[in-house]
Amino acid sequence: MSEGKIRIAFYWMASCGGCEEAQVDAVSDEPSLINILDIVFWPVAVDFKKEDVEKLPDKSVDVALINGGVRLSEHVEMARLLRRKAKIVIAYGACASWGGVPGLANLYSREEILSRVYSEVPTVYERDRKPMVKYVAEEGVELELPEFLPILLPLNAVIEVDYYIPGCPPTPETTLNALKMLLSGKIPPKGSVIGASQRALCDECPLNATKPEKILVKKISRIYNTRIDPGKCLLAQGIPCLGPSTRGGCTALCPKAAMPCIGCYGPLETHIDYGGKVISFLASIIDSKDEREIARIIEEGLPDPAGLVYKFTLPASRLRLNLMKWGGRSV
Amino acid sequence: MGERFEPKILMFACNWCAYAAADLAGTSRMKYPPNIRIIRVMCSGRVDPQLVLEAFANGADGVIIAGCRPGDCHYIEGNYKALRRAILLRKLLEQLGVESERFRLEWIAASDAKKLIEVAQDMVEKIRKLGPLKVVREVGKIE
Ligand code: SF4
Ligand code: SF4
Ligand code: SF4
Repeated sequence: MSEGKIRIAFYWMASCGGCEEAQVDAVSDEPSLINILDIVFWPVAVDFKKEDVEKLPDKSVDVALINGGVRLSEHVEMARLLRRKAKIVIAYGACASWGGVPGLANLYSREEILSRVYSEVPTVYERDRKPMVKYVAEEGVELELPEFLPILLPLNAVIEVDYYIPGCPPTPETTLNALKMLLSGKIPPKGSVIGASQRALCDECPLNATKPEKILVKKISRIYNTRIDPGKCLLAQGIPCLGPSTRGGCTALCPKAAMPCIGCYGPLETHIDYGGKVISFLASIIDSKDEREIARIIEEGLPDPAGLVYKFTLPASRLRLNLMKWGGRSV
Repeated sequence: MGERFEPKILMFACNWCAYAAADLAGTSRMKYPPNIRIIRVMCSGRVDPQLVLEAFANGADGVIIAGCRPGDCHYIEGNYKALRRAILLRKLLEQLGVESERFRLEWIAASDAKKLIEVAQDMVEKIRKLGPLKVVREVGKIE
């Protein structure tokens, strides 16, 4: 990294802005970073244009941190451009890593989504109803807008990704861990998840001490109508806490606040499929041998399994990943 | 008319009951459809839902988990574990666009080669009607 400075590019795709917040928080926690970061692109805050990136020599950017999922043709174009310009590309956050929350849209087709958003909801005006790629602005200028892709993809479906920083968003601590690891020159193997733990979240959860060896419950509870005991393992209270199958690294932020882990740090390396892993341990805590009773407990406590077990990973799930052909390669 | 669709069906059969039934079917020279590929597992309760997803991802059109009848499990409770997981997994699969007929859990006693064959035949018939697994709609290409 030249003259002790890191030339860094940030980019957001289908993203909520939370990842940007997290990056700003990380730098605020460690202000000395400001002196070594040389920002060459950052659409959310700095007025660089695409042309500015195009003019940079190839591989002249040390690191590109890309967040959000790939949902528009523009995202594909920019991701490919940044891949050319950067030595290291990092998928930052759950969306870029596995699709994240916006990836749940893959349960519906593009047509269903567009029809819902532009026709069915009663609050849209007729004139705004059709999404269009070609658009003539009031001044008579012809604009070409990016295309809404048929599905949302994780970043590694369109370019090669060197590292992943997990979380929705990654905590400042995770972000700093990852940046320091790269700065130290201790380069981990390509494809690694960096900045987080190698173990399950339960390992770092203070409530783990109260978790019994075997959990069996007669009811799976939903948080909106349950009084949660903040001093006791949530799973043992029948709250679906995804700590046993989620990568640690966030210091168990949610369980510490008496909220179940919803899995934003994603799978561990040993998992085949994150959702399948969650199904495995969640179903096992149901204390019943009767088919009807089990079905009722599931119906009441887990009405939307896909939304729970794939909240952050649907586009990268085993079933979707393998059966989807995208741009000629299986993702 | 094109060629008849021959579904690929994967069966996880527990060592003590369903697999023994398959063995019995074999030694008694009873016939069952070649569409069924059997993987022997020690217990139906050991079949991780990840493996079922993996099977579908690798091209299975249907998956059967076959274990001992309630009360007969060699490991006492393994088949109940399989039951709990299967009910939740089926719900997930349906949300993902995998029709419920494509995944089933069956109790087959070691002596019940006849049931094994009936299950296999019925499954092949049902999946043949459904056609190949098609989870993802055509998504096109980008360039
Ligand atoms: S990972 Fe979370 S915080 Fe980051 S863009 Fe996606 S939804 Fe927002
Ligand atoms: S509360 Fe959740 S993360 Fe903490 S020990 Fe229990 S299951 Fe694990
Ligand atoms: S507890 Fe779970 S959901 Fe909450 S921040 Fe940590 S990994 Fe994310």
